[in-house]
Amino acid sequence: MPGATGDLVLEWARRADAGPFSSVAVLERVVYDSYDPFTALAAAAAATSRVRLATMIAIGPLRSTALLAKQAASVHALSGGRLTLGLAVGARTEDFDAAGVEHKGRGKRLGEQLAYIRGDVDGDSVGPSRDGIEILVGGLSGQAYARMARYADGYAHNGGPPRAFANAAGRALAAWGDLGRPGKPKLWGQGYFAFGDADRGSDYLLDYYAFTGPFAEKIAAGNLTSARAVKDFVRGYEEAGCDELVLFPTVPELDELERLQEALA
Amino acid sequence: MKVEIVGGGPAGLYLAILLRKLDRGVDVRVLERNAPDATFGFGVVFSEETLGALRDADPETHLEITDTFARWDRIDIRFQGRELSSRGHSFSAIARRRLLEILQERCREVGVTLEFGVEVEELPDADLVVGADGSNSFLRRFADFGTKVRPEGSKYVWFGTDHVFDAFTFAFRETEHGLFNAHAYPYDERMSTFIVECPEAVWRAAGLDGMDEQESLAFCEQLFANELRGRELYSNRSLWLDFPKITNATWHSGNLVILGDAAHTAHFSIGSGTKLAMEDSISLAAAVARRRWDLGAAFVDYELEREPYVQRTQDAASESAAYFGRIASYSGLEPIQFAFNLITRAGRITHSTLSVRDPQFTRALDSWFGGRPVSPPPAFSPFELRGVRFENRFELVESAVAVSPEGRLSPEDDARPEGKVLLRLTHAGRRASTEPRYRGVDLPLANGWPVVAPTKRPYAPFGPPPGVPDEHAVLEAFVTAAGNARAEVLELDMAHGYLLGSYLSPLTNDEDDRLRFPLQVLEAVRVEWEGPLAVRLSVTDWHPRGNQVDDGIAIARAMREAGADLIHVEAGQTIHDDRPQYRRGFLTALSDRVRNEARVPTLVGGYLTTLDEANTIVGAGRADLVLLDLPEPRIERPLKLGESALLGEVRA
Repeated sequence: MPGATGDLVLEWARRADAGPFSSVAVLERVVYDSYDPFTALAAAAAATSRVRLATMIAIGPLRSTALLAKQAASVHALSGGRLTLGLAVGARTEDFDAAGVEHKGRGKRLGEQLAYIRGDVDGDSVGPSRDGIEILVGGLSGQAYARMARYADGYAHNGGPPRAFANAAGRALAAWGDLGRPGKPKLWGQGYFAFGDADRGSDYLLDYYAFTGPFAEKIAAGNLTSARAVKDFVRGYEEAGCDELVLFPTVPELDELERLQEALA
Repeated sequence: MKVEIVGGGPAGLYLAILLRKLDRGVDVRVLERNAPDATFGFGVVFSEETLGALRDADPETHLEITDTFARWDRIDIRFQGRELSSRGHSFSAIARRRLLEILQERCREVGVTLEFGVEVEELPDADLVVGADGSNSFLRRFADFGTKVRPEGSKYVWFGTDHVFDAFTFAFRETEHGLFNAHAYPYDERMSTFIVECPEAVWRAAGLDGMDEQESLAFCEQLFANELRGRELYSNRSLWLDFPKITNATWHSGNLVILGDAAHTAHFSIGSGTKLAMEDSISLAAAVARRRWDLGAAFVDYELEREPYVQRTQDAASESAAYFGRIASYSGLEPIQFAFNLITRAGRITHSTLSVRDPQFTRALDSWFGGRPVSPPPAFSPFELRGVRFENRFELVESAVAVSPEGRLSPEDDARPEGKVLLRLTHAGRRASTEPRYRGVDLPLANGWPVVAPTKRPYAPFGPPPGVPDEHAVLEAFVTAAGNARAEVLELDMAHGYLLGSYLSPLTNDEDDRLRFPLQVLEAVRVEWEGPLAVRLSVTDWHPRGNQVDDGIAIARAMREAGADLIHVEAGQTIHDDRPQYRRGFLTALSDRVRNEARVPTLVGGYLTTLDEANTIVGAGRADLVLLDLPEPRIERPLKLGESALLGEVRA
């Protein structure tokens, strides 16, 4: 987000790795003041040794399939096998325009990318090895759930109150069973928080989600701005069957991480 | 602060009252195009839950409203010369005109300005502008709310009658043109609402499209003379209508907010329109109070609070509307099952919730299923299929085997499970030769074998192009596998884009008679296998150019006629990029249609996670057998060291 310097991002990752957290995650947007997800995770790989490194999510079809596979495999190898690759089709045409990629057909291309990354179709000629990359797929359409169940290890939800997550989780489990996958998909959720300057956090969300029109206000209203709100949110997600919950800061300050840790203690 | 509310229906008037009560310093004006005593429709229904909310929001009007209420707790279902009753459903209703009188009176009392006969032609100038102006909202034009309007359900017409029903009554009347149904309920000590409904085709066949108001009233009066006990129907601009389902992506823009029917409608057959509207008013007024007139924040609160509830109600209403649209297909059900199907149509009442409201009714249903006065719930009732007896409706265990090496999904074998086994004979067709499913689905093997299908296109990205199937060999393989099978039920896999399934779909087979080869296989296996034979079918391809549900039902019927005893209902996966609709129980509605329209027993799964779902599905005749996905119960956890030490101390 704007104001997140390189130092801040790396120190954030370092402290998360030293603290009680299990993953550090990034999101993706081209036309915005934000970092490229794979570059950020590569840097985080060098600053951490334990936590999983996740894209939550990266917009797959912005890249060619082989390049996406290579970037992901590189982060995976450089981090000693810690990548969780969350992919989705993205929601903004301007990102596709800026990247010079057709917006139309993005769902089909994501399907091909997943088949390529998970499958064995290039005889490992594009290394390093992709073995063991944990794949998540996000999105709320029936096709997104089917792609998830067909190729991924789990589902990446896009945020909202626990009951929205529970609803999506039910759909993900239904798709998983329908495609005959054994076991259960990993269920990842996400939320936003701001402890210090809540208004600044909400302004960031209103700005970041301005492209959604009236929904930006609802997303900003869901910003978790107290320890109690964070705790309730975590409990709600736990009860809804969430396996991994990503909490994104909305104020670029290290103190936010400390206060999150206190709230969860 | 100045508030202008356009629309003097229940939502607008109630909001006006609540806002004035909140702050007497605020000018609140309601603009209504009609006269104070003009109203369309007769009675409106409330639930106990809504009444509680009305009492908390404004005790004065609550008292007035409940004073003139008609209350009842029974649903009567009149079907094929019988009347079945279910109790424990608390309803209340009031004359719409009386409700408006009470609200108008209260408005005057708290100092709301009411203006009638005012046609609003531009956006009013005020701090807060409210569109409470109904489904044809004029104010919606002043911003982009993302409004969608589409008709749902059947044709309907809204009458009143001076026969006072003593229960919510659903009546069904067969005619030479098709089935009509009526929804009737009392709303005061003199009158009842009486809505008549029928599918559009029936409406046209009966010539109702050419009748005027009086003729159609006379037609309905005669049709339901029994229910009306010789009393009259009253018209109040009672014209046949299509119900418009209205949704909006957002309910506010700037200082303009919409509520009630302007924001969302719910099909009349679940009687929730006025209830939703007045609950909107309560929610909006509470948000304004909480946010101290910070309208932007209040609107977001209001939407966040109401949206999930409204959406659930609209979903249930759509289910109910669709149910009444296909009501004729249920005419083969026994009255008790027909009644249970009707009561559970919208997914809001289940076997278990009904057994709390009305234990007598579920006991009657259970004993009809079990054949004994005291019987367990429907899912535990026995079932017989071609001489094989099942102890319950969920004991069948799936198992699959490929009929030939070429038709294997991946190089692994399934072991035969314990219990009553449904053995699926499958040929994976162009989905064959893939990696094991723990890695993913449709991932082609690096060194796989050739695949076959009636189409030349690969199933999934990077898949091999299929060759032409050797139909003779495939048929022989199915027959041989059937001869070797050891199972209680044998199943032919014609779903999910596997070989036989890909024959059935126009997406993957260009030949005119797409049932030709699958039926050949079915007929040959039918000769070889004497036990129960199931066909697993994708009833819809979930694709605009593929098989639709009606096509799937026709295929199911053809399979039944060719000797299938059971249809295992599935959907989609005919092609890789279909448009599935996943949710809990996503196959139940399809199974209902196949079972009741193709008149064939069905087996259904589709992520059913509770026994209650099984009882409801089987009880309502939506399927005969179910596949359950019961999760491990999470009721126990090991104590942490500290906790067990403490426990030890207490004991000591």
